[in-house]
Amino acid sequence: MPWTNIQADDSRSPVRFGSEEQPVRELSYREAIREALSQALEMDERVFLMGEGIDDPGGVFGTTVGLMEKFGEKRVMDCPVAENGMTGVAIGAAICGMRPVFIHMRADFLPMCMDQIINHAAKWSYMTGGKVKVPLTIRAVIGRGWGSAAQHSQSLQALFAHIPGLKVVMPASPYDAKGLLLGSIAADGPTVVIEHRWLYDQKEGVPEKPYVIHAGKGAVRREGTDVTIVATSYMVYEALRAASELQLKGISAEVIDLRSVQPVDEGLIIESVKKTGRLIAADTGWKVCGVSAEVAALAAEKAYDCLKAPVKRVCLPAAPAPASAVLERAYYPGFEDIVRAAEEMR
Amino acid sequence: MKKSGLPADTLKQLYATMFTIRHFEDRIALLYPEQEMKCPVHLCTGQEAIAAGVCIHLKKEDYIFGTHRSHGHCIAKGMDLRSLAAELYGKSAGCSRGRGGSMHLADPDHGIPGTSAIVGGCIPLAVGAGLSSVMKGDGRVSAVFFGDGAVDEGTFHESMNFASLKKLPVVFVCENNYYATNSPQCARQPDVPIAERARSYGIPGKRADGNDVLSVYAAAKEAVGRARSAGGPTLLEFETYRWKAHVGPNSDIENGCRPADAHQRWLKKCPLEMFQRYLREHSSVTEEDLELIESRVEREIDEAVEFGKKSPYPDASELTEYVY
Ligand SMILES: Cc1ncc(C[n+]2csc(CCOP(=O)(O)OP(=O)(O)O)c2C)c(N)n1
Ligand SMILES: [Mg+2]
Repeated sequence: MPWTNIQADDSRSPVRFGSEEQPVRELSYREAIREALSQALEMDERVFLMGEGIDDPGGVFGTTVGLMEKFGEKRVMDCPVAENGMTGVAIGAAICGMRPVFIHMRADFLPMCMDQIINHAAKWSYMTGGKVKVPLTIRAVIGRGWGSAAQHSQSLQALFAHIPGLKVVMPASPYDAKGLLLGSIAADGPTVVIEHRWLYDQKEGVPEKPYVIHAGKGAVRREGTDVTIVATSYMVYEALRAASELQLKGISAEVIDLRSVQPVDEGLIIESVKKTGRLIAADTGWKVCGVSAEVAALAAEKAYDCLKAPVKRVCLPAAPAPASAVLERAYYPGFEDIVRAAEEMR
Repeated sequence: MKKSGLPADTLKQLYATMFTIRHFEDRIALLYPEQEMKCPVHLCTGQEAIAAGVCIHLKKEDYIFGTHRSHGHCIAKGMDLRSLAAELYGKSAGCSRGRGGSMHLADPDHGIPGTSAIVGGCIPLAVGAGLSSVMKGDGRVSAVFFGDGAVDEGTFHESMNFASLKKLPVVFVCENNYYATNSPQCARQPDVPIAERARSYGIPGKRADGNDVLSVYAAAKEAVGRARSAGGPTLLEFETYRWKAHVGPNSDIENGCRPADAHQRWLKKCPLEMFQRYLREHSSVTEEDLELIESRVEREIDEAVEFGKKSPYPDASELTEYVY
């Protein structure tokens, strides 16, 4: 199998392998994803990409540009606008030995495929007593801003994280985007990879060699002693900015990038909360029954004795996303909200 | 039934499959009240000819996909009766290790990647299997069984569209028993034969008598042949009738779920009896041949049931195995 020789990064620290080598080239988040896809297609003939318009000149925010030209339309396949049926097609191909990557321009289209994702992809291994696996990767993008409004900006990670049998990852950095995507293509079960439109221009050192990051490992992005901020996706950057502000105010914040919302890296979070005694969960999604609720529950269940203040959550208010810029600004929480939450916990 | 000119071995094989399905289902119906099989069972009694007439054209490595009512499909595709029985009893030796039950049967070694109890759920999976065959160039054909109810679902249409677009080696097999649970087809669909839906997707569609195993055989032969020779998908509609209630071992006629007169008419069209008559009148298959088949099958069913009953349950500690 082409994937068994590939190095896995199981570290949870901000220091990455690769950084000790020659200075690594910088790639943007979009380039890192494109490189991961290209390498997967090259390494493993079972891999193919499918999705509406993935061969467009724009190439799904630039993440698939040039791949159709390089690998042909059979392996980089434009699809009918039939998300549920095509998810079933991807599952069928996966259980018969292929490794499809189904790409959606917006996470909002995933509710069309809930039957195939939840009833089929997530259940097939279990229902067949582990005899038939579904090595399927679904990429979906959270849109945000510029009036994207209610049906083009949703953060639906909690819906999928709720379902046993699915893994759900949310890379926040280019390095993770490449590693988590390759990790999910390499995995034998279905994984939903949720990207964020505002991250595509982020840059950092990304090793050229393929490497995988397995779902289930968070990463400490900044160490601190007074409060733990567990953040997902784009909120990691808001959390880091908040941590800088808090430092000026004499509060030392530790920032954990959750990276994987199913499974959640329980050990990492608990260890941190035991150290800081305070927890803020910052998620790109809604609060009610959301990922932040899961993180908070974890502290209540497994680190209760260490908590010096009630857990705080920084998430979306219970409303669909508005279009008007003024309402949009009110809708999305940012670093200020995290700073305020931390100050209130003093 | 029209004369087929099929060799005696083929006729015997068809008979053996139909007989196995009928008698396996009858045995379940008999044993079900013991309440040892603790899962819902959707019996396919009365619909045996379709599974038999389609699967006889498939190789071991070809794929079939099924539904909540797939005991017959799996038997026809070669699933070991013991692993089927053990699954119904919730045992570790079951084809799905007791995780699936009657509605989720899988046997990848016999080209059965699984069955879905979501109406229409498996249709796109079969198309994906066909896509994988083309991508790998392994020549495998993918057949999917589904009911008339699945034609109500979007997945049916999405699947036909895509299979046609990519000319995939898929045979869509609709078992039209005119009911989805207790809702008659006429309450759910306009009066257009299901087979005719194929035309709008640019693929051949054919309707045939699903209780006449030789009609099924002929239609499926053409469809599987087309799939195998890169000619693309076919939609087959087989008219048939389920003898038992939608779910469970009993009849649903007395409680008024379906009309008694139609039921009586269909009973006279018993696929097994029709075929027995045909064999007697038009073939060299002898009564002795049939008796041999029947006693062998009864013995296999006895053994399967005994195996299913006696083999061990999964251990509760294994509850969360196989999730990923
Ligand atoms: C998506 C979905 N909706 C409803 C049901 C409930 N249900 C189970 S079987 C069935 C009828 C299916 O009819 P058909 O497809 O004709 O198959 P048959 O039972 O006649 O073999 C229904 C509605 C289901 N299992 N899945
Ligand atoms: Mg029906």
